[in-house]
Amino acid sequence: MRRTVDRTAGKVMSMREAVAAFVHDGDTVSLEGFTHLVPTAAGHEIIRQGRRDLTVVRMTADIVVDQMLAAGCVTRLVSSFVGNSSAGSLGELRRRIEHADPEPLAFEEYSHYGMVCRYLAGAQRLPFYPLRSYAGSDLPAVNPGIRQVVSPYPAADGGTERIHVVPPVNPDVTIVHAQRADRRGNTQIWGLTGVQAEAVYAAGKAVVVVEELVADEVVRSDPNRTLIPAHAVDAVVVCPRGAHPSFAQGYYDRDNAFYRSWSAISKDPARLRAWLAEWVYGTADHAEYVARLGEGFWAGLAVGEALSRPVNYGRRL
Amino acid sequence: MNERDPGTARPVTSSELLSVVASRELAGRRAVFAGIGLPTLAVELARLTVAPGIEVVYESGVCGAHPSRLPETIADAVLVTGAEAVVPMPALFGSVLQGGRIDVGFLGAAQIDRWGSLNTSVIGDWDRPSVRLPGSGGAVEVMANAREVFVVMRRHTPRSFAGALDFCTTPGPDRALAEGIRPLGAGVTRVVTELGVLAREGVGDELRLVAVHPGVTVEEVRAATGWELRTAGPVATTAPPTDAELRLLRDEVDPDRVYLR
Repeated sequence: MRRTVDRTAGKVMSMREAVAAFVHDGDTVSLEGFTHLVPTAAGHEIIRQGRRDLTVVRMTADIVVDQMLAAGCVTRLVSSFVGNSSAGSLGELRRRIEHADPEPLAFEEYSHYGMVCRYLAGAQRLPFYPLRSYAGSDLPAVNPGIRQVVSPYPAADGGTERIHVVPPVNPDVTIVHAQRADRRGNTQIWGLTGVQAEAVYAAGKAVVVVEELVADEVVRSDPNRTLIPAHAVDAVVVCPRGAHPSFAQGYYDRDNAFYRSWSAISKDPARLRAWLAEWVYGTADHAEYVARLGEGFWAGLAVGEALSRPVNYGRRL
Repeated sequence: MNERDPGTARPVTSSELLSVVASRELAGRRAVFAGIGLPTLAVELARLTVAPGIEVVYESGVCGAHPSRLPETIADAVLVTGAEAVVPMPALFGSVLQGGRIDVGFLGAAQIDRWGSLNTSVIGDWDRPSVRLPGSGGAVEVMANAREVFVVMRRHTPRSFAGALDFCTTPGPDRALAEGIRPLGAGVTRVVTELGVLAREGVGDELRLVAVHPGVTVEEVRAATGWELRTAGPVATTAPPTDAELRLLRDEVDPDRVYLR
């Protein structure tokens, strides 16, 4: 499935190159990061390049998905939470679903673990994944992907046992944001690690966007922190502050004020499109977006140090 | 923040009352799956009062949170720094929740019915709803797998305490049993609202009124409920927050009044 690559070659490219190479009209695109490390800059570049007819797969469809919807990139959404975190509504998403305005949106609704299991099945190339959810729920009636099977093994009481299953998801491309990687794509994440590794392994191609590129020796000094090995990564994009308005643990904090402002911005279609014109179409790349926000703004999201204690991996004497 | 009242002279707000009542229900509980908002206040107050050893678990993967500030989301960076553990999603939902490690899960909803099933998906028809709500998140999994579920709902109206849900996102165990599948948990056992406390014993039982807040009558709660609300024996009156509870809540748990609106 995955072509043989030169294991010594670096995979570093610009965001523009990575999106041009790996995101095509009509693709199924997974963007993961559970509130932490949301790949916002990648979403913005997809908007700049004018991709169309995408199926977006994302557990927590939040601001970046609302922006991609408003830009007309998305015709189908697969998700388990479609809200602006705890800060309010997604205006464009609600117009699309409630009024088909300006066009309908196909929506596949799952629960969080349903989405996790779809990634697990996808990553492991399994035909389905079982979970103890959905019995009595109306979700299977509106989502034919959620089905039941009979366990081939007796239940604890000796009887037969039925259990719900979800199908694999194998995105054409998965894009995740991370704290750091080496040039070949060995990717280290700490703090909330979400479902990023499974989403990458489930995909045909994977793009990792990082706060910083580090030397091979840095990664190899702490191999347990590598959640995504280079063999699963096709491109490494260096994009500092690329998760804003979400956060990168140890790098910058969440921009809660922007989350709170999004409900009002997105409620008015004209205001939302003006926002996209200024901050996405009106910036050449994420570096310009970051510069336009200004150093004073970023100082407000700065975090202090809370260093972990090093562990001893040992070496043979 | 410098105009903060010292002590407990101010009248008790609805948010304060709900937080205190929910915190008392956590006495003796070990592992609690918290949500953001009033449940955050309830678990942090319980840690300082009735449940000092409580393990607070968040949907983002944090187990044993010890936040230095009140978290603004379930994935706030302050929940990670200093936490006992942070696990990835497959472990959080698969091993921690589905594995049966959670005693109490907190959930909210736009609508709840008499059996403790929840709607967080749509108001109106699913295909063309009048309001699209956020959806399940992890609520389906919390309901199926936590030993019991507490619901905190600020507003108590016939629309939110519905005779029939517009859509059942998160089924209580009685709905699951009707399909021949028995979930691990008892479902919703406590609902704390602006008017009082509803309780349910478990499978086969419905939500009944067990307490009204000071100044609220049983009839008022019945009128605000979309089904014929029954009582479980004599209805108690909620004991008002003590000075100690109020002082901890106002001065230690939420001094910036993030959730104590």
